[in-house]
Amino acid sequence: MLKKMNKTTKSNFITYGIVIVAFVVMQTLISTGSISSLLEGIMVPICIYVIMAVSLNLVVGILGELSLGHAGFMCVGAFSSAFFSKCMRDVIENGALRFFLAMLIGIVVAAVFGILIGIPVLRLKGDYLAIVTLAFGEIIKNLVNVLFIGKDSNGFHFSTKDVMALNMEPDGTVIVNGPQGITGTPQDSTFLIGFIMILITLFIVLNLINSRDGRAIMAIRDNRIAAESVGINITKYKLMAFTISAALAGGAGVLYAHNLSTLTANTNNFGYNQSIMILVFVVLGGIGNIRGSIIAAVVLTLLPELLRGLQDYRMLIYAIVLIAMMLFNWAPKAIEWREKYLSFGRKKKEAVK
Amino acid sequence: MSFISYLINGLSLGSVYAIIALGYTMVYGIAKMLNFAHGDVIMIGAYMALLAMTQAGMSPVIAVLIAIVVCTVLGVVIERIAYKPLRNAASSLSVLITAIGVSYLLQNIALLAFGSNAKTFPSVIKWSGITLADGQLNISGVTVVTIGVCLVIMVVLVAFVQKSKPGQAMRAVSEDKGAAQLMGINVNATIALTFAIGSALAAVAGVLYCSAYPSVTPYTGAMPGIKAFVAAVFGGIGSIPGAFIGGLILGIIEIFGRAYITSQLADALVFAVLIIVLLVKPTGLLGKKIQEKV
Repeated sequence: MLKKMNKTTKSNFITYGIVIVAFVVMQTLISTGSISSLLEGIMVPICIYVIMAVSLNLVVGILGELSLGHAGFMCVGAFSSAFFSKCMRDVIENGALRFFLAMLIGIVVAAVFGILIGIPVLRLKGDYLAIVTLAFGEIIKNLVNVLFIGKDSNGFHFSTKDVMALNMEPDGTVIVNGPQGITGTPQDSTFLIGFIMILITLFIVLNLINSRDGRAIMAIRDNRIAAESVGINITKYKLMAFTISAALAGGAGVLYAHNLSTLTANTNNFGYNQSIMILVFVVLGGIGNIRGSIIAAVVLTLLPELLRGLQDYRMLIYAIVLIAMMLFNWAPKAIEWREKYLSFGRKKKEAVK
Repeated sequence: MSFISYLINGLSLGSVYAIIALGYTMVYGIAKMLNFAHGDVIMIGAYMALLAMTQAGMSPVIAVLIAIVVCTVLGVVIERIAYKPLRNAASSLSVLITAIGVSYLLQNIALLAFGSNAKTFPSVIKWSGITLADGQLNISGVTVVTIGVCLVIMVVLVAFVQKSKPGQAMRAVSEDKGAAQLMGINVNATIALTFAIGSALAAVAGVLYCSAYPSVTPYTGAMPGIKAFVAAVFGGIGSIPGAFIGGLILGIIEIFGRAYITSQLADALVFAVLIIVLLVKPTGLLGKKIQEKV
């Protein structure tokens, strides 16, 4: 069967296959209890990072623009869906339905933010675009931290100052509590849902890449002026890629929000640090290579956990490994050396001939 | 009176941002890379000065000099080991990620060496400052010195880049590496020199920043680093006067935002102004507009 398919379809099926096999293996290991609870606990975060990496690769690899604010969309998705889940906790009894709706809301709100931010941002180019996405990400994080929302018999109350300024009736409850964020979100995220979300993300991204629209997006990446001259609507396709990417990041945010009981926006989860971390996955996995993003996200999320035995040294080793891998992968001298002495480099060269 | 005092504080903070932004902008101009580790060099500089003053009991002037020397060496070593091998790499993102790796590395080295607790930073400036308008306006010594140092650095740096041989070499390399090499300029040495100057400035900025906000942790450098990066882009990345103006404006906006709006939204305000400026002028205030060739 594999022989009949063309190269891209085959490659896509391999990607799906890897994900499915990995899921089945991990699920078996979990159900037989042969992995530590610590490792089991990071299964959902791994799913989140895989989705984030794949969706960022759509912007960085396929659209060819550097975005440093990807965590901002995750933040939007997380907070909007957690807000919904908390409000509806007693209204919608069915957990699965509530989570499904929360997921839709998170994705739609993140997509709307993607459009709103994309329209001004995509007019810029290169490093300027990068810094503006970073700026938007930081603004989102800061705004969430001053947001107070409460609900009482009169409806919703908003404030940007503190809980007292909400002016609620005695029966009111605080839903979003500024820097303390949202507490008491139902923990609906499971490894299975994360896995399904990865498959959906892959389906969307891989199909987009191999569609007419995807080819238009890549044409813009390769040569904007040439693409424009053959009648490709630059703004439309750029915005399309950016919005889809934002929506998927929003989905990852929903998973994130429903994996923890307390959701706060701080520098480490929704700040530029997080965006950069995702970018590291994308670049290390190979820019534009979806399968690479998945593998890099899994390996680099597992690495600090596996190095936990080394305690204080683990992040140090992580940093050194990162630098060494970048040098080995990208330095022209290292590439030369690899082609000379390592067989897989040579094989590739012969294949090209 | 409070307005003037906020303005002066803003100028002081802006001066620190400007000094850091100079490092970003010079490195960007010559190596076309965003040096994400620059903020952490600031932190290393602050720790070095701290160690020299508290552990070795040296005078502040010598401590600052030691910090400058250590950071200069550090900057050159980082460039040599981590950035130089990637100079001709196929993707410009690779060197960006490496810089992020270096940033993690410096933070974690500091974490292991000095611990995660904030250490109190003794002020390097003992002078209590000047009092104006019958005691209504008090300008601290740190503020005056910071603004002064920034002005001196700015003047010296512009003179250096415009007049001196190495400065001219730097401009030539940033214009066209290949042509500069053909003219007999040692490109590698020039880039190393740029990193040395940028890192030395980062050490100065680190000491000044920590004198104004007297504590230092392994993550001290991250936020001023990113703000200075914003300042550099704001002024037009690659332009030295741009970094200076961008830094000052950013510092003033931040202090005014904190004083008149809310301290939590001061950072958001800084970023919002950046976005507005870039949307009106997509290459920053003093950035060069590059014509696209078809």
